[in-house]
This record gives sequence, structure tokens and C-alpha cells, in this order.
Amino acid sequence: MNLLIRNGRVIDPANGLDAPAEVLILDGRVSRVGPRLEVPAETPSVDAGGRVVAPGFMDIHVHLREPGQEYKETIATGTRAAAAGGFAAIACMANTQPVNDTRAVTDYITAQARAEGVVRVYPIGAVTRGLGGRELAELGELAEAGCVAYSDDGRPVMSSALLRRALEYAQAFGKPIVSHAEDATLADGGVMHEGFVSTDLGLRGIPAAAEEIMVARDIALAELTGHRVHIAHVSTAAAVRLLRDARARGVPVTGEVTPHHLLLTDETLRSYDANAKMAPPLRGKRDVEACREALADGTLDAIATDHAPHALADKEVELDQAANGIVGLETAVALCLTHLVRERVLDLGTLIARLTVGPARILDLPGGSLTPGAPGDVTILDLDREHVIDPGRFYSRARNTPFRGWRCVGAPWMTIVGGRVVMAEGVVERGPSR
Amino acid sequence: MGLKRKDLLEIRSLEPAEIQTILDTAASMKEIASREIKKVPALRGKTVVNLFLEPSTRTRTSFEIAGKWLSADVINVSGSSSSVVKGETLMDTAKNIEAMSPDCVVIRHSASGAPHMLARALKCSIINAGDGMHEHPTQALLDLLTIREKRGHLEGLSVAIVGDIAHSRVARSNIAGMRKMGMSVTVAGPPTLIPPGIEELGVKVAYRLEDTIRDVDVIMMLRLQQERMTANYIPSLREYSRLYGLSLEKLAGARDDVLIMHPGPVNRGIEMAPEVADGPYSVILEQVANGVAVRMALLYLLLGGKPAEA
Repeated sequence: MNLLIRNGRVIDPANGLDAPAEVLILDGRVSRVGPRLEVPAETPSVDAGGRVVAPGFMDIHVHLREPGQEYKETIATGTRAAAAGGFAAIACMANTQPVNDTRAVTDYITAQARAEGVVRVYPIGAVTRGLGGRELAELGELAEAGCVAYSDDGRPVMSSALLRRALEYAQAFGKPIVSHAEDATLADGGVMHEGFVSTDLGLRGIPAAAEEIMVARDIALAELTGHRVHIAHVSTAAAVRLLRDARARGVPVTGEVTPHHLLLTDETLRSYDANAKMAPPLRGKRDVEACREALADGTLDAIATDHAPHALADKEVELDQAANGIVGLETAVALCLTHLVRERVLDLGTLIARLTVGPARILDLPGGSLTPGAPGDVTILDLDREHVIDPGRFYSRARNTPFRGWRCVGAPWMTIVGGRVVMAEGVVERGPSR
Repeated sequence: MGLKRKDLLEIRSLEPAEIQTILDTAASMKEIASREIKKVPALRGKTVVNLFLEPSTRTRTSFEIAGKWLSADVINVSGSSSSVVKGETLMDTAKNIEAMSPDCVVIRHSASGAPHMLARALKCSIINAGDGMHEHPTQALLDLLTIREKRGHLEGLSVAIVGDIAHSRVARSNIAGMRKMGMSVTVAGPPTLIPPGIEELGVKVAYRLEDTIRDVDVIMMLRLQQERMTANYIPSLREYSRLYGLSLEKLAGARDDVLIMHPGPVNRGIEMAPEVADGPYSVILEQVANGVAVRMALLYLLLGGKPAEA
């Protein structure tokens, strides 16, 4: 696919670029970036009209639910939600049913993504069989089948010995391990962050230490084995401190943070709305501030949504029994533009870096920059578009978000994958199979 | 109109004046209990559903009597603590009940916040009869009524709430109600059973029973909620009883006119020695009697009655 993107302000943090420029995509790959490019005759073009043109955004933490829980989401609906939210590539977690712990499941996911997906889908395989935390999954075969990382996300790998072996063994394939850092014995059935609010609401709390202990352990094991650990959904101030120290020492560890851990605190649970129930839980104000600082200074490399679609029936129940998580693909970029960039927590270039080159480096994914030869993936932002978050308009099959009714200024305007426009002005194309 | 609210979900959202209104109305309801024919027509034609999804004898019976003495039609629905176990969600159960047009649903549930969920979904009044570890507002109101009867006022009194604070909805409701009414509150228990940040509710925290009860007007002992505990909150019942159980010896250090309360059921010999539970300072059975009056007052005020009339 060929495409010329004209009249944009191109921001490509990987190449230190922020300037008016044109982006030329030839045969699905970035060909050149610069002012007034010479292009082959009859190259189709898009007029970005002064909007911001960035490398295609990547979300490395998504739950697609297919196979097994298609009533919550499918690869078709999940990738459309991604496109609508400005993401050109997503990595999907292994906690499907069956678990993505064998080549057969990975093959199914990649085949479905080819047939029904509208953005790039990178599967993440399980660390342990069935996410059981007892025996290693066949990490080599998962890598051969196309898995870009390993994770038991949704569950911590509680055995330090097993995680050590996983890290050692995974070195042969060069794929990092993504850690759901939570000491399950301390979390102990908790439903929210432990603190005054949990005491006040009479809800069982999960102490911040449940995360911090495991982050400390994971750092120690990364140091021991020399292999890369990526900490998913970092949420506490002390976890951030541990990561900052470890990185300063050169330990191969990275971290991501979700928009909800950057924008909401445990006070959100006061409504007893299950849409504010997540793992890790929404933390206190100081934790939120620490995560924001860490995102700004690069201690946290990426924003990832932890897109966790659930059916209404999984959420419209007593808080104790409600499923964890929220959808994030369609709200993340608008929320970050509104509440991080406009409120000067991050500058625009840093936000784009955390949505492009940051995640690409964590999982060694192609893309994340407009370097010639890179995949022709582009996200175009309209920084002035005012809108109100309306779950009724989501492409995702799920509606579970605590951000319903939030006013946003700024939104993804166009998503381009391999030179093909898959979303324009909020409307997603129907996709290859329809 | 009675109370200007549709539901009674928690003490913390009540104004002190509303608490006063409820207590005044409850005091006037007590006279009905002494009549030979214990029935007034105040709620004739109204339907109250007691939806008790967690085991309870005294609270359910108390609400049932309260409704019946006011001539409401009272229907009791009980079930397992988990609606999921039954295969039907709480919301489905509630919507089915609402389809039968009750005026009020009284709910007891093991999950904190369950009454709030119902209150959002249903048009009828919701009364929280205890939700998880969150609140038990009618218990706090009957406790306040009992203290006010005994002391003639609430403001300026001091209370020690002792025991399993972490798992206690009674403690949370009482702290909120007592602070609103100008009382000072100290919570005492083993540190494992004192939840984090509780000082922010305006209470003092103590770990030694003897020091705590020395100069208070009221000692409120709580039940050790072993069913809500996972392992190792206390080393043994024996040690808990020795350190935090209220014995005659420990009581000797308290004031001569101290009131001893307990929301029940009492684990005799653990939280409280039998001779203390049945002794002269104990107002435990008066609490139970006042429970009916408070629940009558609430049903009456929420379902359209006027304050302090019956």
C-alpha cells in the first residue's frame, strides 16, 4: 500500500523529529519523511490539515478474550476498538480459554487476526502451562509460533524458583517476561487498595506492598539471570522507586502504566461502582503522582491500557464478585491528551514516545518510529476535538469503563496500518473479511 | 414527609438533625410495645420485603416485628450469602422483587455496597440491614437510642469500641453516628484487627483494653468475626480472650456508671464473661428492644410518615 500524508506536524520521538513534514509510505513501509517529498505518480494522499502525525501507536497490554470468551470481545471487535483508539498494533495476553500456552492457540490467534483484525496483533504466550504457576509452558515453540513475550498476566508467578527458570530458559529466544507483580498471599482476596478508603468502605484491601515485594523480587531475578523483565501495570510509588534504582544500576527491567492508574485514585470506589475495580487496584494520590513522574522521566517506558473487556453481567454484581478491569483502547489517547498533555504532566512528544518507541523497545516490536523501512503505521491526532466519552459508541463489545461522561479535548483522528487507512475521524473500516 | 431521602444506606450520609428525628420518632414508637394490642395502622397497605441474603436472626426478626406492628405486609426472603451460588444475580433477584411492587426492601448482604447497588437500580426504598464490613446503620441508631435513654443526652459522652474493628460494620456505623452526635470514640483491639487509616474517621486507637476502658461512659464490645477472617489475625481465642475479653476484673477499673453494650450475638467467655454480659452494667437486652423501635421509626419515616408521631 502506498500513501502520502501531507500537511501534518510530524512528531517522531525515536528520531527526535517535531516539524511540519510529509510522510511517504510505499509498499506498506515508511519510505521517507521530509518537507515536499517527491512521490510516484498517482500515490493516494491524506491531508492531515495541520494535525499531529505520529508513528502508529502500540498497546502492549490488551486482553482480546478470543478464543473462549467471545461474548466479552473478539479479535474482530478488539482490533476495531484499537483502531478507533488510534492504536495500529496491540499485544494480547495469554489468559484466553484455552490459555495461549501452545502453538495451536497462538496459531489460532494469528490466523484470526489476519482474517478479521484491522490492526497488527502480537500474541503473548503463557509463562506456565494453563497459567497454573507450576510447570513452564513450551516457551521455545511459543516463540517459533510468533509470541513476542511471555506472561501469566492476570496471575502472578508466585514461585521465585519457577520464574528464575523461565527467565533463564527464555534467554534462548530473546523474548522478555511480562510480570503481573502481585504477592497473592498479601492480596488475599482484596478488592481495592488498602488504606483509609478501604477501611471507610468496609472493603478488603490489597496493600501496596503486595506489588512492591514482587517488583523487588522480579528485579532481583532479572539481575540474577540477566534476562529482561517487564513489569506490567505499575501502580505504586515504591514500585516506581524500585524500578528507578534498578534501571540506574543497569538491570534489564522495564515498566508500563495504565491511563487509569494515572488518572484515578481509590476514591473512585466510593460509588461502589464495579467499573472502578481492577488489578492492581486504583491507588492513592501519592502513588498516582509517582507514576506520573516516572512516566515523564522515562522510568516507566510505556503507557499500556490493560484493555480488559467484560460483559455487563460480570460487572453488575456485588463488588466482591465483580470481575477486575476496564476497557481502555478507545479512551486512552483522548484521556492522556486531555489530562496529561493539556494539564502539563507530559509534553506531547513524551506522550507520543510512551505510545510508540517505548512499547516497541520493550517487546522488540517492529514499528514505533517513522524510520525508513519501518512498518507504514501512523496515528494522526486532532488536538482540538472536543467530545464526551460515550461507551454506547465503542467498537469494543464491552462497556466497562469508569470514564463514561468524561469530557475530552483531543482525539485520534486517523489510524493507518501498513499504509492502509483503518480508521478515519472515528469511523473504523469493516476490515478484510467483511 | 418523614425523612427527605428515598433510602437509608449508611449513617455517614445522615445529618445530625435527621438522626435526632429518627431517635425521637423511635422513642415515641416504644410505647406501642407496651400495649396489649401491639398494632397501629400507620403502614397499612404498604409492603416491606426483608431480603436477607446473609444469616441473621435478631435483625430480621426485629424488622419483621417492626413492620407488622405498623400493619405493613412483611415478606421474608432469605437465601445463601452469594447470589451467584443461586445462579441468579442480586440485580435479577431485586428486579424480580420490584416487579411485585413493594414499598421497601430491607437488605442484609455479605458484600459491602450491595444496598447501594440496589438503591441505584430500584425505585422503592432500600434499608441497609448490614452490608459486608461496611455499615449497619440501624444497629448504630438503636445503640444511640439506648445510650440517650440511659444518659439523657449524647453530646460529650465517650465510648470505647473494643475488638474486631477491621471486620465490623457495627463499628463503622457507630463511629460515624457517634462522631456526628458529638461523642468521642476510642477503638481498641489487637493491631491486626484495627484497619489502616481509621484515625481519619476521628477516633483514637488503643491496643490495651485496661487503659481504654478506664474513663469512658460506654464500653461497646464487638463480636470476633471469625467467619470473615483469614488466618492469623490472632494467635488463639484463649489469648484474645485474656487480652481483650471483658472480665469482671478488668471492669473493676471502669467507671461505676459505665454502660456495657454488645451488638450480639455474644460469644460468651470470649469477648465477654457471662457475669459481665448479664451483669448490672449491661444494656444488651435493652439494645434489642430498642432495635424494634428504631426500625419502626425508619419504616414509618421512609414510607411517608411524619416525624415523632405514630
